[in-house]
Amino acid sequence: MPLVKGGHIITDEFVRITDDADLPAQGAILVSETRFLAGPDALVSRTGGKLGVIWPNNRDVDDLVPYLDRLALIALVFPSFRDGRAYTQARLLRERYGFRGELRATGQVLRDQFVFMLRAGFDAFDVKKQADAEAFSETVKRYSVFYQPAGDGRISALHQRLQLRHSESAGL
Amino acid sequence: MYAYDDIDRTLVNERVAEFRDQVKRRLSGELTEDEFKILRLQNGVYLQLHAYMYRIAIPYGTLSSEQLRRLAHVARRYDRGYGHFTTRQNIQFNWIKLAELPDAMADLAEVGIQSMQTSGNNMRNVTSDQWAGVAPGEVEDPRIWAELLRQFTTLHPEFSFLPRKFKIAITASAHDRAAIKIHDIGLRLLKNEQGETGFEVLVGGGLGRSPFIAKTIKPFVHGHDILSYVEAILRVYNQYGRRDNIYKARIKILVHELGIETFAAEVEEEWQQIRDGVLKLDDGIVEDIRSRFFYPAYETLPHMPDELRQAAHDPKFEAWRKNSVVAHKVQGYAIVTVSLKPIGKPPGDATADQMDALADIADKYSFGEIRVGHEQNLALPHVRKRDLPAVWKALDAIGLAIPNVNLVSDIIACPGLDYCSLANARSIPIAQEITRRFANHDTANLIGRLHINISGCINACGHHHVGHIGILGVEKNNEEFYQITIGGRADEGAVLGTLIGPAVPYAEVADVVEDIVEAYLALRASPEELFVDTVARLGVEPFRERVYATR
Repeated sequence: MPLVKGGHIITDEFVRITDDADLPAQGAILVSETRFLAGPDALVSRTGGKLGVIWPNNRDVDDLVPYLDRLALIALVFPSFRDGRAYTQARLLRERYGFRGELRATGQVLRDQFVFMLRAGFDAFDVKKQADAEAFSETVKRYSVFYQPAGDGRISALHQRLQLRHSESAGL
Repeated sequence: MYAYDDIDRTLVNERVAEFRDQVKRRLSGELTEDEFKILRLQNGVYLQLHAYMYRIAIPYGTLSSEQLRRLAHVARRYDRGYGHFTTRQNIQFNWIKLAELPDAMADLAEVGIQSMQTSGNNMRNVTSDQWAGVAPGEVEDPRIWAELLRQFTTLHPEFSFLPRKFKIAITASAHDRAAIKIHDIGLRLLKNEQGETGFEVLVGGGLGRSPFIAKTIKPFVHGHDILSYVEAILRVYNQYGRRDNIYKARIKILVHELGIETFAAEVEEEWQQIRDGVLKLDDGIVEDIRSRFFYPAYETLPHMPDELRQAAHDPKFEAWRKNSVVAHKVQGYAIVTVSLKPIGKPPGDATADQMDALADIADKYSFGEIRVGHEQNLALPHVRKRDLPAVWKALDAIGLAIPNVNLVSDIIACPGLDYCSLANARSIPIAQEITRRFANHDTANLIGRLHINISGCINACGHHHVGHIGILGVEKNNEEFYQITIGGRADEGAVLGTLIGPAVPYAEVADVVEDIVEAYLALRASPEELFVDTVARLGVEPFRERVYATR
């Protein structure tokens, strides 16, 4: 599945490590939440490369909070595009817990979710279809106005209107 | 009326462009039906028994004459010349072609109408009292807050893929005409002791397979905090609402399983984290929205004009006036309900010609404004009392001066098996037959206020649980049967009806309703005691006896 980050299709630097495999000495690794929770301290203190965790959508992100500054990647899961729990997890990680690493959407990730995902704080996308990945830059330009504020910094319509009013009255 | 500005228009146009692209990808096969389904649902497009059905939002039930004309245009150009008004301030078209949907959507967008989130597992059209802003005694106009919530809920990045659909309703009157207690979130506007505007917040109401009346989760949430409080509720629901079983996925089940106290504590904990964040409203934002609502420049008019006094000699006019006209907050004006329940016709339908004519009537007599209520009727919210006789004549000319508002023939019904792929039984022909039985206006008037609600399946789109008489279609051995409940109500005293006995076959439903009504007429303490009050006083037993004595 193509990985999109920064608007481009890129090569994934992270290698998925199964739960019973040995850790490679060097390179970025991606582990399951089971493996992570079995020995988080050893994993976060590994010096050979970056660490990423795949976090399921039915487990509170609170368990990850103590390790956030040592995680380079958190991959959240959309088992189906109908299941929107990972949007909440993403916002909590970004807006409440200040996670600054890569937040990756995985699973059934389709074109028509891109804008929602970006607004929720995702910055990397494991896209299911090649055509959707190629259409990423075009798709995220679909919307230029947003009704509600979220943590993505885009101004909401409510505040945009007030700004317009202020600049209008300042110009009079 | 809320007037769209460039921001609103841009958003709706961008939505149309997105949907056009999605339809194109579906027609080319790039999107599977499974993938497309959720996208079309998010835009109000269902696949029904015979064709696609297109559901359009009428936020808080307010329409301009220009918008109503455009709905008429869509009915004529893309459908079969009529539309169906629903119980949640939507209108549905039942025969639209998929390839033409983007064009219909674009035509509506030009006048500020859209269909975002009118189906699918997201936050649905925010509904309110159809008399909002004109009913006497309101705390304040609830539509300002409904509009703030409409904007907050539209294309929300976190809550567009909820466990199940999510409905919010707002009222600002002591008498609840918005049925807030059968909504996922019900909001009752009120003032606190300091005179500040806020809301009693109710949660977990809903009908369907497991009906619940909403419970109060917080007695007062300040208006400035309402968006963050709603976000906190949604966030708890999005994380913990059940996704394993579609029938247990509504928030009412989560509230029921956790208990209201535990659920409230979860919401409170979440809310404390976000209440002073980006969702906090200030007076400037609220006033900015308020300033974009249009209010008529009312004249100073007499309470009882000569025109009305003279028309009172006409018994036909009086029959209509008594049931259709109610007090307006401004002296000399009235609110006129336009019944969409003609005898023998499907409830809630209006033809394109009727819509156009009603738009003209609204322009001439109601400052160009029309309202849509959850009882599937329309209203003209600002009619000069002296114009009432003229309005009556104009409505009569298009077949809409039907004097049955709130009477036994003013039936709420879902489309049922005639249209809907979920239905087990027909609803519309049942409604038609009942209206024929009570076609005599004097009889209907003698019976007084009586709400009949009909649903063609357990999903309860006709709100049968809260009908004074509720009729639910079920299937037994490939035959249509109907369960009858009595004593339900959807207002501030909301309560679920009680089953009176075994289900009856299709052919007997109207007879049973007649029996129930006859029992009521014999049992009521006085002509002033409404049907639903007699049931509350006596219970269902005397009605059960009457109905089943001979069956």
